[in-house]
Amino acid sequence: MSTNMKVNIAGVQWDNPITVASGTFGSGAEYSEFVDLNLLGAVTTKGVANVPWEGNPTPRIAETYGGMINAIGLQNPGIDVFVERDIPYLKQYRTKIIVNVCGRTTEDYCEVVERLAEQPIDLLEINISCPNVKHGGIAFGQSAASVEKITQAVKEKAKQPIIMKLSPNVTNIAEMAMAAEAGGADAVSLINTLTGMKIDIHRRSFAVANKTGGLSGPAIKPVAVRMVYQVAQAVNIPIIGMGGISSAEDAIEFMMAGANAISVGTANFHNPTVTMDILNGMQAFCDKYNIKDINEIVGCVK
Amino acid sequence: MEDNMAEKVSKTVNIVRAEKIVDGIYSMWIADEQMAQQAKPGQFVSLYSNDGSRLLPRPISICEIDKQAHTLRLVYRVVGAGTDEFSRMQAGDHIRVVGPLGNGFTLQAQKAILIGGGIGIPPMLELAKSLDCPVQVVLGYRDSYTFLKDEFEAHGSIYVATEDGSVGTKGNVIDAIKENHLEGDMIFACGPTPMLKGIQTYAKEHNIPAQLSLEEKMACGIGACLACVCKSKEKDAHTHVNNKRICKDGPVFFADEITL
Repeated sequence: MSTNMKVNIAGVQWDNPITVASGTFGSGAEYSEFVDLNLLGAVTTKGVANVPWEGNPTPRIAETYGGMINAIGLQNPGIDVFVERDIPYLKQYRTKIIVNVCGRTTEDYCEVVERLAEQPIDLLEINISCPNVKHGGIAFGQSAASVEKITQAVKEKAKQPIIMKLSPNVTNIAEMAMAAEAGGADAVSLINTLTGMKIDIHRRSFAVANKTGGLSGPAIKPVAVRMVYQVAQAVNIPIIGMGGISSAEDAIEFMMAGANAISVGTANFHNPTVTMDILNGMQAFCDKYNIKDINEIVGCVK
Repeated sequence: MEDNMAEKVSKTVNIVRAEKIVDGIYSMWIADEQMAQQAKPGQFVSLYSNDGSRLLPRPISICEIDKQAHTLRLVYRVVGAGTDEFSRMQAGDHIRVVGPLGNGFTLQAQKAILIGGGIGIPPMLELAKSLDCPVQVVLGYRDSYTFLKDEFEAHGSIYVATEDGSVGTKGNVIDAIKENHLEGDMIFACGPTPMLKGIQTYAKEHNIPAQLSLEEKMACGIGACLACVCKSKEKDAHTHVNNKRICKDGPVFFADEITL
């Protein structure tokens, strides 16, 4: 039996609901040795800023129980190299292209979005939730007023639909999603990482040089499922769900909670071909339960 | 984007031999034809835990490559729960591996000085076997547990330094080089960062090119996540910010390329 796996996110049709979480997959080139990028619904790129960013000192990561902490600090080559190199690279494939945009100021975000206006990309994901940079990132994502304001500012300049990427490090994520929707967001994605810390007790030091980092992986999945559910109850725009997805069952769970599409992040580090396993597993699940259209299950658990 | 010299394999492979060498140091031979054919001295593989609580691969250097038997030898130190799990595996067990990864050494020398410190010693063995020139091997240990030392005998002249002075020169690998008046036209080194820093300085003072194999915490192991960067003098190919990726652009760098 063939199930319709196509999903529509803010007017963009993906072949299937699977994308990859920003920062875990580069711009796809490294993973293309393991995964046929044509088989991903979309590739979400590593965050790109208006100018190159060096990122944080090392160590930048540490493993934790069922997860990891990262504080890469959004190292990226800046929009010039990105436009010249990464977009043409991804255009070789039929996967949709979601460009993750980061910045220190509203103007930074707007500059990147304007530079992307004439580029052959499909969606913009606006990173207002990175916990690992001193300016920008999460600073925009922790109050409803600032979420609405930055969403409006970016939406005004954007030629492609915008996805606001939300932080879980807030008291009420539904409020943030509603603020994004009110500001004109075409979709939301959640969750970014949870701020965490690990101490190396033998060295009596922080495990990552930045002291704090973003916790990701299966350890955070129940928090993410809960947040996707809450946001699904609060807004009418599409949701891209993520946070610890490592299997087809996890992906299905997020969709049943209300996600229209899902992102695979940290699991890529555990298994570079995991996205293909998830795609095959989702198809098998649909066969087993006689699901004719994957969209049927979105938000089916109320 | 960047070219890839070797094709990487991601698969579950068979362990054909596994043993303890000395306390805390273990050896494992894994079988995979493609990996063994592709592998070069100085490259590494990512080993994955079977325990879902440990997500990240452990990067382990390749100690020996047997292209006839289609096997790779990995010698590693038990430093935590992940490597402890590997150390309990036996011949016949299976383990998930991605590799071979990284660039490997440039086999270019008329008279080579190979320097291994601690768990930086294993990759020097395949290198010693692969070089087609006189090879001097300097091995730095903490104490008299001089693991792998005898296996180098057939591939060059061996000089040992121990921190406690129990074997060879008392002191570090540089002390052993000085004491034995070693000369060469290329240094190859792997070991702890302070050792590599000392070698970087020594190589510059003596005007000898040096290839240093670095280590850092890694997540993806293939150049995507940007966790394991080191400071480079030139702009890096990926981000153009003087951050080379140890897993992909390295782990081997020429000493004058990087700041330690």
